[in-house]
Amino acid sequence: MKFEDLLNRTASWLKGSGPNSDIVISSRIRLARNLEKFPFPHWAKKPDSEQVLALAAAAFEKTPELKDGIFLRLDDFDNVDKQFLVERHLMSNEHAIRSNQKALFINPDENVAIMVNEEDHLRIQVMESGFDLDMTWRIMDSIDNRLSEVLTYAFKREWGYLTACPTNTGTGMRGSIMLHLPALVMTRQINRVLEAIAKLSFTTRGLYGEGTQASGNFFQISNQVSLGSKEEEILGNIKGVIKQIIEQEEKARESLMAEHREMLEDRIWRSYGTLKNAHIISSNETVELLSMLRLGSDLNIVANVERSLINELFILTQPSHLQKLENKKLSANERDVKRAQIIRERIGG
Amino acid sequence: MLCNICNKNQATVHLTEIVDDKMSELHLCDDCARKKSMQMEQQFGLSDLLAGLVDYGKQLSTVDKEAAAVAHCSACGLTYEDFRKIGRLGCGECYTAFAKYLGPLLKRIHGANVHVGKSPKGFSEAVAPKTPKAKATAMATDVNELKASLQRAIEREDFEEAATLRDAIKEAEKKKKGK
Repeated sequence: MKFEDLLNRTASWLKGSGPNSDIVISSRIRLARNLEKFPFPHWAKKPDSEQVLALAAAAFEKTPELKDGIFLRLDDFDNVDKQFLVERHLMSNEHAIRSNQKALFINPDENVAIMVNEEDHLRIQVMESGFDLDMTWRIMDSIDNRLSEVLTYAFKREWGYLTACPTNTGTGMRGSIMLHLPALVMTRQINRVLEAIAKLSFTTRGLYGEGTQASGNFFQISNQVSLGSKEEEILGNIKGVIKQIIEQEEKARESLMAEHREMLEDRIWRSYGTLKNAHIISSNETVELLSMLRLGSDLNIVANVERSLINELFILTQPSHLQKLENKKLSANERDVKRAQIIRERIGG
Repeated sequence: MLCNICNKNQATVHLTEIVDDKMSELHLCDDCARKKSMQMEQQFGLSDLLAGLVDYGKQLSTVDKEAAAVAHCSACGLTYEDFRKIGRLGCGECYTAFAKYLGPLLKRIHGANVHVGKSPKGFSEAVAPKTPKAKATAMATDVNELKASLQRAIEREDFEEAATLRDAIKEAEKKKKGK
């Protein structure tokens, strides 16, 4: 696999399958790991960072779970290429801003991505379609075990995995679920739900991850605490909370269908109509309309548009993807035209 | 309404900014808002919040405060003062160098400060070697390590933590006898 191939591929977590995939877009787990005897990336000098990169690359190569992946040194990547990787949820914005002595490993399915020399030496991410933290953890656990046979992690029995920021110490684990909750938003129950979540020490973020506001109908919910509980317990807590949110969203969808069916169908068909026919469309409007179309597809109101295609469009319609597809720099206005064209081509018909 | 920064696109994001007690309103397009939020994140990141937490509620005696001011990690050279400023530790060894201050901080962040999750493959093998005799020695070190943590917890008067460690030691000693 080469970097150039990514544009024509679709990550496996976007396929729109797996448990509860009408409401849950993806399940994601990340682990923070550091190598013993090396300063953390922000405090390390160039030769140390280079050595960490070399050790990581060699370890990935020896790991069967990471077969056929690509190891990208980001130092010479231009901004469009780096943002392209951020848009695909493969790395953080932070990793794109300062890229000296930084790398990103991606496996062919794009369900595994490892940032090297971000805040910690390794940030391992596993992402799966639908609500399936158990499978996501199984994959993560085996990769982590293999790597720990080759690399010596910074670890203390008392405090667990040692990380640059003490908010990640212990398991170094963050589990996140990306949810699509249009009915809770429409019925104005969402704030009540989010408030309850905050009280349970979970955080809510937006569609585009770390540092973004929850926008439109998409919410990413993750655990805050990483020390003092077993990995399975932390994930169990997340599962418990998410199950309840799913139930609430299902109930809200049912009541919308029972009491406001015409209004709902009207909004969904109008969204579909705009997406099929627009020639200029902003990214905000796109997210809003695709969200309605996805709801239409989930409720079997719009039957002929695949969920996986809608998921894919969320990624393809972002600025760097549009510019990679057109193979040149585009102004904001040019992007709005290109975006509309891409959408018409894919769901026109 | 056009975006206040680029003056080209429609403003879709509306911000109220307070700088030095002066309130100003900003109307931004999608692109400029993204850039702006990235800037703001860099200016006021998690490290600031954390640096606040490091100071917050720290009831160290004057002697301890002086000790903290000069404490540094011999492996990477980071001082405790550096950590307070940037909110990031310098290396794994910092956790040992600043153990006295980090214990209570971890407790404030996570509500607990004893790791009970998984350990690296190499690590568990190192403390659980194959021969029975070596196994017994390894376990003894393990208990000793726990006892050292217990001592530290008592010194800093963290009794909740001490109780957890006491139970862990009991558990470890029971296991040792059992095997």
